[in-house]
Amino acid sequence: MSGEPPGAAAPALPGGLPAQYSSFGGSLRSNPLLSRWLRFVPGGRVRVLVGKVELGQGIRTALGQIAAEELDVDWSSIEVLPAGTDSSPDEAFTAGSRSVMDSGGALRAVCAQARALLLSVASDRSGIPAAELGVRDGAVRDRAGTEHGSYWTLLGPGRLEVPVTGEAPAKDPADHTVVGRSLPRTDLPAKLTGAPAFVSDLALPGQLFGRVVRPPSPGACLLAVDDSAARALPAVVGVVRRGSFLGVVADREEEAVRAAELLRASATWREEDGLPEAATWLRDLPGRPAERIPVVRHGEPVAPERVAAVVRERYGRPHLAHASIGPGCALARWDDGGVEGGVEGGDDGGVEGGVEVWTHSQGVYPLREALSASLDLPADRIVVHHADGPGCYGHNSADDVAYDAVVLARAVPGRPVQVQWSRDDEFAWEPYAPAMVTEITVGVDAAGDPLSWEQHCWSTGHDSRPGFAGQPGLLGGWHAADVPAVVASDPPLAVGGGTARNAVPPYAVDHVDVQAHRVTDMPLRTSALRGLGATVNVLAIESMVDELAARADVDPLEYRLRHLRDERGRAVLETVAERAGWVTRSTPDAVGWGLGYSRYKDVCAYCAVVARVEAVSDVRVSDLWIAVDAGQVINPDGLVNQVEGGAIQATSWALLEEVTSDRRTVTSRDWETYPVLRFGRTPRVHVTLLPRPGEPPLGAGEVAGGPVTAALANAVADAVGVRVRELPLTPERIAAVISA
Amino acid sequence: MTSTPEWCRPRAVPEPVREVRLRVNGESRTVVCRGDTPLLYLLRNDLGLRGSRFGCGLAQCGACMVLLDGRAVPSCDLPAWAAEDHEVETVEGLAPDPVMSALQQAFLRRQAAQCGFCTSGILVSACAHLRAGAATDPVSTAEALERNLCRCGSHGRVLAAVADAAEALQAARRAECGADGPPVTAPRADGPRGAR
Ligand code: FES
Ligand code: FES
Repeated sequence: MSGEPPGAAAPALPGGLPAQYSSFGGSLRSNPLLSRWLRFVPGGRVRVLVGKVELGQGIRTALGQIAAEELDVDWSSIEVLPAGTDSSPDEAFTAGSRSVMDSGGALRAVCAQARALLLSVASDRSGIPAAELGVRDGAVRDRAGTEHGSYWTLLGPGRLEVPVTGEAPAKDPADHTVVGRSLPRTDLPAKLTGAPAFVSDLALPGQLFGRVVRPPSPGACLLAVDDSAARALPAVVGVVRRGSFLGVVADREEEAVRAAELLRASATWREEDGLPEAATWLRDLPGRPAERIPVVRHGEPVAPERVAAVVRERYGRPHLAHASIGPGCALARWDDGGVEGGVEGGDDGGVEGGVEVWTHSQGVYPLREALSASLDLPADRIVVHHADGPGCYGHNSADDVAYDAVVLARAVPGRPVQVQWSRDDEFAWEPYAPAMVTEITVGVDAAGDPLSWEQHCWSTGHDSRPGFAGQPGLLGGWHAADVPAVVASDPPLAVGGGTARNAVPPYAVDHVDVQAHRVTDMPLRTSALRGLGATVNVLAIESMVDELAARADVDPLEYRLRHLRDERGRAVLETVAERAGWVTRSTPDAVGWGLGYSRYKDVCAYCAVVARVEAVSDVRVSDLWIAVDAGQVINPDGLVNQVEGGAIQATSWALLEEVTSDRRTVTSRDWETYPVLRFGRTPRVHVTLLPRPGEPPLGAGEVAGGPVTAALANAVADAVGVRVRELPLTPERIAAVISA
Repeated sequence: MTSTPEWCRPRAVPEPVREVRLRVNGESRTVVCRGDTPLLYLLRNDLGLRGSRFGCGLAQCGACMVLLDGRAVPSCDLPAWAAEDHEVETVEGLAPDPVMSALQQAFLRRQAAQCGFCTSGILVSACAHLRAGAATDPVSTAEALERNLCRCGSHGRVLAAVADAAEALQAARRAECGADGPPVTAPRADGPRGAR
């Protein structure tokens, strides 16, 4: 219990909210009433409504902890509901490592105010000054321990129809008893027992199964299809064709699959070779048409006589797939327009004249807007419910398959239709992480220290989420209209940029000039993958720093510390070096060690990594030591779990992954042609969190990708004696560099 | 170019619809469908056992693992006729099994999942591995899980959790027999949580 007296008012932010609620973006401004966030329901339960969604990152657990802490209710009474446009606040997307900062900050303000409200109502009733009352397990007590009502008796729904002011003081972190604890995730038991837990496990009465027959290549156009064989299957309920969008609905799943293959076999497409030569893709990226994005320019140009040498290198990475373990899936049901018996099994619910959708999208509200625009249906006739899905790591097929489900379900009003993408659909049609190239030119002085740093980064856009650039951005919509995918954009620099993300070196250099180039000719559709451009920019910066250190004949750790001013950054580097035994490391033959450092988006968590690799017939990562400073941590084990996962995924990217294509279409279409890291190559991951309970929480979900990638590249260079500047670090690429 | 499962490729005569008889989790079940329907669809859609997940349909990822006469096999490309006359066990049916429950407790204690979509398949593979009394050092366990993919990177915790479960089972066996059971426990994984 924390019976703290209201403290001095914290300084106000521009938005009129005190600094203690420093970062909740638009969350509160879009959802200003307490009732939008919180409900006290009979039985001593607290329902917390948030717009952020569970993606396997444990967000519902972390947000529940924040609510329990500020309300002073028992942790087990909290229920964080899945997001839905009929219930939860609009918090746009769950992305960019911002959930604890945005939703958490908003929830803290909301719950602190609810607690203050409870005390004031109890005080009015009892005549006891609020300062002499406290809250324990949701009940108000005076100093003698006598109860004076509770959230459930005093704060009925009407009481919560008040605006969030942000004036109620949040708890002093020193008094936290729930926040900061490694509580187990509330969603895991179901997922560990095989209970229905995912969107694909939903089974509504009368549910049908849909499949979409995607074009054979990105530029293909459907000329004709003979659907008679598919329709002849007794289980087939309908075939839908709109432009190049072709799909089928059946009452058994395997028959929907079979019918889709029959349609595929009898479809005629016009195709063309629209993709660049694979071998030249990265090399030619800087020459393609692009939007120039000036990022930073500071310091006077350095006098030429000070510059002893100029070092210029290019680093790159091919397209990557999100490669979720489960392909996209969604469920949709159209209102049957009151047709008697239209719904078999007599289900309730539905949206009059509209559609209800269940999705694992990262943003239920943006998806609703996108569906509304592409179907020409008012948004209030669409309800989008979130249901958990397989990990997505960014913008994958989740939204596209929701569109597919809505379109196929329209053919059978009243009947729910589940659409499941195939593995092939997923690998061939998800929006990829863009291929990217970053070139750095550094002028160094006689001692080998950097004087000037010029950096250029090129990639197609990192954002084509629903609603980007005013577009619905849904794949099926483009196919139905027979138009190409709209070129991806980049998030603005103010929210971290895309191509430009983490493009500014964190090291002190006199003259810095950084420019991003968003390539606007986009042969393959691209969008957000965890970290966006940060992965390649950090790879480039940290590789260059190692190259500079080697030229200066200085240890890479010492070189970094010499040029890094940020104290918290230095602390993660020093911590990780100590944990890994960097200074006393031994490097027998074929063993290499590498460092990587960054502060994600320059404003989120700090992360430093030491990698130890063994490069014999291929690269094996034996150990990754990772130090993270994420400010105040809500659930330490949850954060460690995310960092470990991000590190292992980044290891997979760095060593193995590449979307491949020929001149016509993508050729990496299953787990054999798109291999990912398997259990046999699991590195030991040692995560250290720096304790900073008094600091604001800093987003950390994507913190590991860049520094791990960089540390691996540096470790491989250390192990084999040459530098491979283009990922993935496969034996073939390493051999090619050695023999060049 | 597509990678399509073999069973659904268009061909002249599809297998006829008939009664498929299965033994699932110790019960006899009958489903009316084509004999070449993948077992996974029958489990999920007809028998309501949704714990086996669809990940690829190509026997490449392990999300759909079931035990067939005690052996872990992907169910997504296993034709129903090939499961007839065999004992099928799913993650749901295995719950009372001491090995599975030791695994589930260890996974929970280690929080050995992120999205959890791969987890039931991994549990089924690990269950077959531990039941067989095979070695449970990280290398052997990793080999037993070679057909299971996890995209979230929960690998380290999974390996540690399987080692914990093996140790717990060994301890239980010792308590029961008053003597050492078969040597299923290898040296414990070192280090903090998440180290393998
Ligand atoms: S779904 Fe069966 S192995 Fe992937
Ligand atoms: S936990 Fe998500 S794929 Fe394994």
